[in-house]
Amino acid sequence: MSVVVTIMLAAGLFFFAVGTLGVLRFPDFYTRLHAAGKCDTFAAILTLAALALFNLQEFTVENLLVSLKIMSIAAFVFIASPTATHALTEAALIVGVEPWEKKGKS
Amino acid sequence: MRRFREQVQNTEGGTDLIIRTSVRLMVPFIQLFGLYVIVHGHYSPGGGFQGGVLLGSAFILLALAYGVEYSKKYMSEFANFLTVNIGVFIFVGFGILCALVGGFFLDYGAMANVFPMPLPEWRYWGVFVVEVGVGMGVMGIMVSLYWDLASAGSRKEGL
Repeated sequence: MSVVVTIMLAAGLFFFAVGTLGVLRFPDFYTRLHAAGKCDTFAAILTLAALALFNLQEFTVENLLVSLKIMSIAAFVFIASPTATHALTEAALIVGVEPWEKKGKS
Repeated sequence: MRRFREQVQNTEGGTDLIIRTSVRLMVPFIQLFGLYVIVHGHYSPGGGFQGGVLLGSAFILLALAYGVEYSKKYMSEFANFLTVNIGVFIFVGFGILCALVGGFFLDYGAMANVFPMPLPEWRYWGVFVVEVGVGMGVMGIMVSLYWDLASAGSRKEGL
């Protein structure tokens, strides 16, 4: 059990790190949102699932309830985070943020 | 890119189907969680203020996605006004009632002089009553702050 939890936590941290790197290094608004939205959602779900599994080491009804609450947070993040990213992208599109293009092209 | 932008700008209301659908999915659960936070406020993290903010933010989310006019269909300005005032009235009224029956302001134990119930139970239910009042007040204030700020005072058309 703890091996699985460790692997999931490490994967979650890895995706958080990749997302942060993307936010720092990508060239414009849309690509940065791309990195932030996808990586953070997946990493948050992995981390929360790892916590829920770790909490279930002793299987009792109370622990099951706490794990279910953690998983419902994960479900909420799974719905809310992509929607927030979508809303930000749409607002940028309406205001007129130009997407980045490679220099010398066009 | 330009064609796509015009297509997005021409959708009525400003926000599109994805945002509306997921807001419709999220709002009931946010409201349920707000009620949970208010009701469990006296022995777990949370309380009237936090629960009221959650309830108000669910409403603000609705107004953001569907527009101010749509949100007024579900809670009119008069109902909002009434909610805020009843909330403040519950809070202050209960506090002063405690003072009138021989305790301090918000001293729930003093109510045991009037209405026979064990002292710990009076403390428990007193906190609950006051937190319901705080929750109602905070929710109404959040919603009316959003209406005023987002529509620049006209309360007609939001962001």
